[in-house]
Amino acid sequence: MDISIKIGGEAGQGIQTIGGTLASVFARTGYHVFTHQDYESRVRGGHNFFQIRFSDAPVMSSRDKIDILVAMDRESILVHEKELSEYGWIIYDAAALKQKHDNPRFLDIPFVDLSVEHGGSRIMAGTVAVGAVLGLAGMTLDVLVDIITAAFGKKGEDIIRANIAAATVGHAYIVKQSMQSPFSPAGPSRPKMLIAGNDAIGLGAVASGCKFYAAYPMTPSTGIMNYIAGKGEDYGIIVEQAEDEIAAINMALGASYAGVRAMTGSSGGGFALMVEGLSLSGMTETPVVIALAQRPGPATGLPTRTEQGELQFALYTAHGEFPRAVFAPGTPEQAFHLTNKAFDIAEKYQIPVIILTDQYLADSQWTFDGFDLEKISYTDYRLRGDAFRELSGYKRHAFTDDGITPMGVPGEAGHPVVTDSDEHDEEGHIVEDAGTRIKMMNKRLFRKLPALAREIAPPVFYGDAEPEIVIAGWGSTYGIMKEAVDILSGDKKIAMFHFSEIYPFPSTDRFDYLKLLGNAKLSICIENNATGQFARLMRTETGYEFDQRINRYDGRPFLLEQLAGEIDAIIGRL
Amino acid sequence: MPSSEDYKGRTPAWCPGCGNFSILGAYKHALAELGLEPHQFTIVSGIGQAAKLPHYLRCNTFNGLHGRTLPVATGIRLSNHDMSVIAVAGDGDCYGEGGNHLIHTMRRNVNVKLFVHDNQIYGLTKGQASPTSMEGIKTKNQPAGVFSGQLNPMALAVALDCSFVARGFAGDAEHLKGLIKDALNHKGFSLVDILQPCVTFNKINTYEWYSRRVYHIEPDYNPEDRIRAFERALEWGDRIPIGVIYRHHRPIYEDRIPVIRNSPLVKQPFDSSRLEITLQEFY
Repeated sequence: MDISIKIGGEAGQGIQTIGGTLASVFARTGYHVFTHQDYESRVRGGHNFFQIRFSDAPVMSSRDKIDILVAMDRESILVHEKELSEYGWIIYDAAALKQKHDNPRFLDIPFVDLSVEHGGSRIMAGTVAVGAVLGLAGMTLDVLVDIITAAFGKKGEDIIRANIAAATVGHAYIVKQSMQSPFSPAGPSRPKMLIAGNDAIGLGAVASGCKFYAAYPMTPSTGIMNYIAGKGEDYGIIVEQAEDEIAAINMALGASYAGVRAMTGSSGGGFALMVEGLSLSGMTETPVVIALAQRPGPATGLPTRTEQGELQFALYTAHGEFPRAVFAPGTPEQAFHLTNKAFDIAEKYQIPVIILTDQYLADSQWTFDGFDLEKISYTDYRLRGDAFRELSGYKRHAFTDDGITPMGVPGEAGHPVVTDSDEHDEEGHIVEDAGTRIKMMNKRLFRKLPALAREIAPPVFYGDAEPEIVIAGWGSTYGIMKEAVDILSGDKKIAMFHFSEIYPFPSTDRFDYLKLLGNAKLSICIENNATGQFARLMRTETGYEFDQRINRYDGRPFLLEQLAGEIDAIIGRL
Repeated sequence: MPSSEDYKGRTPAWCPGCGNFSILGAYKHALAELGLEPHQFTIVSGIGQAAKLPHYLRCNTFNGLHGRTLPVATGIRLSNHDMSVIAVAGDGDCYGEGGNHLIHTMRRNVNVKLFVHDNQIYGLTKGQASPTSMEGIKTKNQPAGVFSGQLNPMALAVALDCSFVARGFAGDAEHLKGLIKDALNHKGFSLVDILQPCVTFNKINTYEWYSRRVYHIEPDYNPEDRIRAFERALEWGDRIPIGVIYRHHRPIYEDRIPVIRNSPLVKQPFDSSRLEITLQEFY
């Protein structure tokens, strides 16, 4: 079983709530779930949708066809009717939409009237729809009742009762009409964890001992700040909404200098403002973690949509030469662990680390059996307390063999801690002489690089061990590429490479991915951007040139059958 | 108790006769009299002649970017409110490049002490107009004279209910030392604008020009009266008041943040024991 549901409607109609609730029900029932969202940059009106796929087997992308369309507005029917699968249904409220469809695939359920009648207000129309979808999917309401009870616990018994009544009547409406569910649900299994990319980054930061997060709200990165702010009290984290992104990164650097783990986040436009601060981090060797959640540019672009257009920007932006690391997780689980790695590497090497995501990953929910906390590493690399006090002297930027000078926490010992955005000497004081400049560049940059490069994991390889066709990508396309390989592997020797630790570019020491690529008959680089930025990076770093590229730059994510079809078409032309 | 010699830093690279020298001396004496050890306070600076100052002292120093002193200072204070944090900037640095941060740091009322060495000109970039340059003055960049109005930092600060607003003069080091001490003793964001002659690029606002105009605000003046303070802040021309113009004791930002009520953030060890419970929230 593999069912796709799309909930469409205007902003303000509770599309996210309906979708989010259904996804939670499926995950808690033990299904594998994948959701993605498509919304406009407005608070009311327009057309938004929330797409859910759930299955008894792992799912990690959205399909082209949908089995249940919940149409909360007319636009949803107009735009999405053609996406309906062979067994698909559209459920809608003919009275509310003032539109009646005689097509037997259309189920008219008076969401609003039922909500008023059984819940006491029209506000629960969405809950009626949730009940109806569960009825249509042949599921019971037990899990939903638990979720409603927990979600509205603070709002009181009446609200809980009204919502349960609304869900029940929606569910019963389907059952009463003796509608046979076209789907045969699998039996329930262990509840799964359901988490989106932004929450996973926030959780990763919390689990890494992040103590300070400063940012300016910007879609699609804001969810990270929201998550961490919600955990501030439990974990002792200050979340500061800065006046602008310049202030945000400079506050984070101040906090980091003062001795706490600090992070900031934004999307491309805000990150552009942070760039001078990125360079400041490089010069002062002050660790900072930056989440860069991409959306389509240039400039304001498509504010609520997705693109992988800032890889080269993240790699090369900022004046001067200094080391950095760039990670691009492909799943919320990777986002969690790579955020942890970002904090570790940033502090260990005293460099900025960028976590590159995009709207697609930021807002997509995935299910997992769980995250492995055993794999979380936490080492405090700073010089504090007695260890700092017992030093007879201290130079913040002293020359060392590996280029790393222990970071003293100001105030913890009698030694002043001095750093400067100007070129500086070992103590941190402004200098201009050529000799110190060369030594300092060698310390900051070249001495750190070999060890930093060794931290980087090779790409994930999946598919045929001796592939004739290799697809490659980075960041948020992990799931879709993996499923495309599954679809195409029936009659083809196909595999994929997914790069999530992008810079320093992974060496071939641990895994010779270049050899595999060299042996393949066809390689295709798949990217959610126009110019193939990763393909260019690959050529720059390794000399390897992909045979073909698939690029999507309409602001929308790849869909499974479409992508598999495009790959197949390229193979067909061989 | 430290002596002013304990703060001796590198040799200044300022022009001979620069107003910054006497300001540097005033800091040293004020710090010594307050008994602040070099590791007990941090000076954050940006870029400009004033911003070089922490190198000429011995203390914790974050010499960051042009205009960005206050965000860095805010990050340090929020992370360690046991640390005294001083921001040193010039008029171009703080009133020009960093204007937005100035407004919002005043709003937050973070307990940072900001000293602006205001020479009404750009020194480091050699003589362009600054936000506090007087209308009409001619520079290489403004050959027809400055068209923009002169920024009044004192009036701006009073308007924003800045917790402590004062003006000093580099030519009156003893008085300035007192203001520095007052600011450091004040609980709340403090702005001290220091009139500082630039002997190389500002041939109008000279020691003599300032000396003829500045006067000490009379002892019976009540800086808590905001309307009077606003009137005093507007005074500029033949007579320029120096001293504490406005003072309003209002809660500092650090005291309002629940997670640091009991101890500074930097002193709080990371406790991972709740992570399993936090993970459960996603089921």
